[in-house]
Amino acid sequence: MALTKEAIINSIYNQVGLSKSQSRIVVEKLLEIIKETLKSGENILISGFGKFEVKEKSARRGRNPQTTEDLQLRARRVVVFKTSGVLRNSINKQS
Amino acid sequence: MTKAELVAEIAKKSKLSKADAERAINSFVDVAKKTLKKEARLALAGFGTFVVSKRKARKGRNPRTGETIKIKASKVVRFKAGKALKEKL
Repeated sequence: MALTKEAIINSIYNQVGLSKSQSRIVVEKLLEIIKETLKSGENILISGFGKFEVKEKSARRGRNPQTTEDLQLRARRVVVFKTSGVLRNSINKQS
Repeated sequence: MTKAELVAEIAKKSKLSKADAERAINSFVDVAKKTLKKEARLALAGFGTFVVSKRKARKGRNPRTGETIKIKASKVVRFKAGKALKEKL
């Protein structure tokens, strides 16, 4: 559902009073800055929501489960998200 | 990078006041939270997807005392990086 970005843009438009196009720019810039920051290897902390961390993975041998073919997985970096306590509690409250 | 630094960067890049940038980010986080709570899924194209997944109740053990305890069913937020983000790293 790619509609969520639109929903966020609308809420910024309604709540903050920025124009639609400004709201869209803010959302795009926000995601872009987060991506660039993670690319540089730096973590991002958004208090009340969570933390994005970059983890280095070393190369390892893997196997394609479908063909059982052996292959080498290259060393790579992945993003890990850690939910903040506030968000975790609020999600578990009304269940 | 913390939220305050993020606010400063956004303000600079989208030519907004810091106050507006901060309000915008707060609104973003607010909707993101509400969406996760309601629909258990939040997809941001080009960035990634947040999904709420359920954990069943299970038995755990206090490693120090050896005492068995019940762990309640809970929900956790999981993030899957999108293709664009993965390739960037």
